[in-house]
Amino acid sequence: MGFLDAIPWDLLLIQTINGVVTGMILALVASGLTLIFGIMDVVNFAHGEFLMLGAYIAVLTLVATHSFWIALIVAALGTALIGAIIYLTTLRPLLGRDPLTTILATFGLSLVLQNYALWQFGPVARKIPEPFSGSIQLFYLNYPLYRLMIAALSAAIIGGFWLFLKYGTWGIWIRATTQDRIMAQAMGIPVPWVLTGVFAIGSAMAGASGVLFGPLVGVDHAMGFDWILRAFIVVVVGGMGSLGGSVLAAIFISLLEAYASLWVSPAQAGIVSFVVLIMTLLFRPTGLFVATPK
Amino acid sequence: MTADSPLLKVEGIHTYYGKSHILHGVSLEVGHGEVVGLLGRNGVGKSTTLKAIAGLVHPSRGRVLFEREAIERLPPYRLARAGIGYVPEDRRIFRLLTVAENLRIGLNRHGVTASRKKELLDKAYGYFPVLSERRNQAGGTLSGGEQQMLAIARAMMLEPKIILLDEPTEGLMPRMVSQIREIIDVLYREGVAVLLVEQNVPLTLEASRRIYILEKGEVRHHAPAAELRADDAPIHRYMGV
Repeated sequence: MGFLDAIPWDLLLIQTINGVVTGMILALVASGLTLIFGIMDVVNFAHGEFLMLGAYIAVLTLVATHSFWIALIVAALGTALIGAIIYLTTLRPLLGRDPLTTILATFGLSLVLQNYALWQFGPVARKIPEPFSGSIQLFYLNYPLYRLMIAALSAAIIGGFWLFLKYGTWGIWIRATTQDRIMAQAMGIPVPWVLTGVFAIGSAMAGASGVLFGPLVGVDHAMGFDWILRAFIVVVVGGMGSLGGSVLAAIFISLLEAYASLWVSPAQAGIVSFVVLIMTLLFRPTGLFVATPK
Repeated sequence: MTADSPLLKVEGIHTYYGKSHILHGVSLEVGHGEVVGLLGRNGVGKSTTLKAIAGLVHPSRGRVLFEREAIERLPPYRLARAGIGYVPEDRRIFRLLTVAENLRIGLNRHGVTASRKKELLDKAYGYFPVLSERRNQAGGTLSGGEQQMLAIARAMMLEPKIILLDEPTEGLMPRMVSQIREIIDVLYREGVAVLLVEQNVPLTLEASRRIYILEKGEVRHHAPAAELRADDAPIHRYMGV
């Protein structure tokens, strides 16, 4: 079997792990995005900036506490609070208008937040140190344990959130409001608070992923931008508003990119996600991973 | 509160959808525990009247008093918690939530103890055994009649003082229609007031104590149901049946 020998099995395994790790972070970013879209029909172009804000909050907290874990929690809570304030002041007054209005508003917000970070922290990337070094032996490679932990933590956060949606009182309120906002109100669900809460939770998930990914790339004012584009692709491919679909799509696309970069440069591998996006929009515009449209 | 002040009092409400004027000063009253019917042709504003009471449509003029308090500016979720249950025409159950989850939504209010929640759930499952059988099924998989029962049971979880029922028999088989009639009687026995909007005139006359007839966004006729059962001329005049 000559062609089987030609397949670099070791590289494939390493790229599978890489793809799952990136996929889980991407899933964490995209879940917040898809949740916000699902419940209030807002396409949040500023979502990546919450990732960036989370990372900066962690940088500042680390200076004071030297604890990665405290920094992670403070960053999540901080971005949740900023998200709630921004929602109440900027987006809530625009709900129910033409979708273009909220797109422009969040796009403007994204520019403001990016330039605020540039003004406040300067153009030099800050570093979040890895909480532990350690690595495992993978063929001839020392694979950093921290990368595996990112995947595990992202999975834990998404899993915890899924349980909350499934069994929590607020979780059921969120699902009911996503399905029928009017009837949710008529059943006594405090919908204005649910919407604020969802925006805060989505922002916190973006903030947490910024902290988790910080040690791998460095923290700067534009770090959210790379993610947001791919997160949008994931949300569309997974089916707008579908949490499970987004998680699957994030892993699917990240794996494809990881495999593609075995043969082409990583920059060219990025094309794969756009190809998937275009194929999805052409042949299954409601999303690859949703059974039937809601 | 004195016994003779009505539970719900609608005073001359006007509503608009965009530029079209739907309600032209509708006034009506529902007493504590009273079943009141609202009749009229399609498109005369019956559903809009219910929506205005539930807070889903805000009247541009007029007042809605619930237990003597003006409520026309309150958000709908506050009204639901104050005791106004709304069962819309198309039922609008949460299709992706299970039957149990649909019911649970109304129970998550302040001051409802765990034992009270269980009591309310047991009562609903007692009245509607089919909902108990299907409690873990998604609401969207139920038949039309079962969805109607779920919509009413869901509203009952709020322990409402009044339930606004919008065409509960629409599209149901005759067997289900008589069941809806029984449900209205159950609500009456429980002391829950009902404001019933229906196309089914015999059922409405039978189930209600008083009847309002709406035409072109105004109340044109108001009479005890017994009077209309004896002489249905006003019904022929305003509804053409």
